[in-house]
Amino acid sequence: MSRQRELALIAGAAGLSLAAAMLLRRRAEDLRRSDDAPGRTARRLDFGGYRVDGRTVTISASRADIYAQWRDPARLNRIFGGTLGLRQHPGDRFVWTIDATPAPIEVETRLVEDRPGELLAWRSVDEAEIDVEIKLQLRDAPAARGTEAEAHVAWRPRWGLAGHYAAWMQGTDPGRLCRQALKRLKMLVETGEIATADNERRDG
Amino acid sequence: MRALTWQGKHDVRVETVPDPRIVNPRDAIIQVTATAICGSDLHLYDAVIPGVQPGDILGHEFMGRVVETGPGSTLKKGQRVVVPFTISCGACFFCAQGQFSACDNSNPVETQEASELLYGHAMSGLFGYSHLTGGYPGGQAEYVRVPFSDVGPIVIPDGIPDEQVLFLSDILPTGWMAAENAQIHPDDSVAVWGCGPVGLFAIQSALLMGAGQVIGIDHHPNRLRLARDLGARTIDYRHSHVLEALMEMTGGIGPDAVIDAVGMESHGFSPDNLLDAAKQKIGIGADRAHVLRMALTAVRKGGRVSVPGVYGGFADKFPLGALMQKGLQVRTGQTHVQKYTSELLQRIMEGQIDTTFLISHRLSLEEAAEGYRNFQENQNEWTKVVLTPG
Repeated sequence: MSRQRELALIAGAAGLSLAAAMLLRRRAEDLRRSDDAPGRTARRLDFGGYRVDGRTVTISASRADIYAQWRDPARLNRIFGGTLGLRQHPGDRFVWTIDATPAPIEVETRLVEDRPGELLAWRSVDEAEIDVEIKLQLRDAPAARGTEAEAHVAWRPRWGLAGHYAAWMQGTDPGRLCRQALKRLKMLVETGEIATADNERRDG
Repeated sequence: MRALTWQGKHDVRVETVPDPRIVNPRDAIIQVTATAICGSDLHLYDAVIPGVQPGDILGHEFMGRVVETGPGSTLKKGQRVVVPFTISCGACFFCAQGQFSACDNSNPVETQEASELLYGHAMSGLFGYSHLTGGYPGGQAEYVRVPFSDVGPIVIPDGIPDEQVLFLSDILPTGWMAAENAQIHPDDSVAVWGCGPVGLFAIQSALLMGAGQVIGIDHHPNRLRLARDLGARTIDYRHSHVLEALMEMTGGIGPDAVIDAVGMESHGFSPDNLLDAAKQKIGIGADRAHVLRMALTAVRKGGRVSVPGVYGGFADKFPLGALMQKGLQVRTGQTHVQKYTSELLQRIMEGQIDTTFLISHRLSLEEAAEGYRNFQENQNEWTKVVLTPG
């Protein structure tokens, strides 16, 4: 086979692949437009440069009760379970700490929305180490099951896809931290304690 | 304290480990007075259940005396209690419906992710089992920390020997729920695969619920004898064609309900089981589902299928056609123990139910490894092992 013919074949295959990819993407976008699924469940990893993750948990308690738990710093630190920390600075500034390896990551945020019993939202400040937005939304659950608490996080991982997978491997990706925090919140509100298989207290 | 720990496949050892302490307000510490080896412990012993780690303390059938309580416990020091193997908060949506083994709040957050990945949802915490169900230290030990002690343990009046009530912790309610899931109507024919402890209690329960005939299927003569002693008819699958025999014993209709009390480690040399065994051996398909396949094929059209036998992973060659075409109903699940303990204790105290007939061996906790080995290798003679610490 001549060199020219080889090049033509490679170019043809690349063109076909590109066309197929574009078709699949357009199809996925069309499908997205035609359903009612939450946006973060879309079959894609990238949302305009952001990763998006979240979880909804139904908790047998009122929205007001759950909101109050989330605004109590002592309770929050139990809910975050040691991997995540949150402390309030003067004004509406909050610093989130992720216990990552090799060094903890601190992200400074501003509380950008606070509607008691409904919504809390934080946005990272311009100079923050990670560009992130975190939301906690509360709504009444159907069938008198209490409250649907939805945590939603959108972030730009440091070092892009590699950074995302590094965090995922460490168990410190924001999506996982959100899921775990919501589950601990549910345990604490519904049972008064956070389940552990440890036979000894770890916090002394 | 001394406790039986899992170290690897067919390797369990009694070791000295730290005593448990009160960690959460609703905890209690129980000093174990009797504990048993369960058939599902053999799935751990055979390393076919995922998520078991070296050093894990096994055992989910135990009872004992309360020696310490947290401020949220309703138990009192000195009380004798039987502890359900399911750990349940009593407060979540599922517990409120009596579905205690689906408790949302007892499986620790850290171990829920793997369970969600494998099963779609995290199930309740269990004592002495896989880390998919929390990795809680179990009851084949001198002491156990019991979370949510205000929901699970049932207080036993003094004067009733441990052996009469120990099995309220698992196998008696499991056999009862198996029969309940079979939705038995008066005079029904019910086939039960596996005449081990759960199968025998399912037979006993089915007869109490009004079944006309119960047919126990196994290949161990001693276990078949125990089934006959309870009032069952029997099929030894080494000697008879099970499907043909069941049709003949039910007037050509098939059993109204079938109960798979075997689970993921079916025995026998049928081609599907040999293939499953090979796959299980190399770790690409956890379950040997021969009995379930056979049960689905044997049950009558429109019949009921109850599955108390433990399955942990995946199965292929599954007779979905029979399930759909015959319009079958399937009910299964880990036992909602707390839902049944009061009623069953009452039946024991009134003499309607005897649980001691299946105990074949009584050993000290220090002899637990020998108990496991024999319970696994000599299932005909070793029908149930009770261990006593101290």
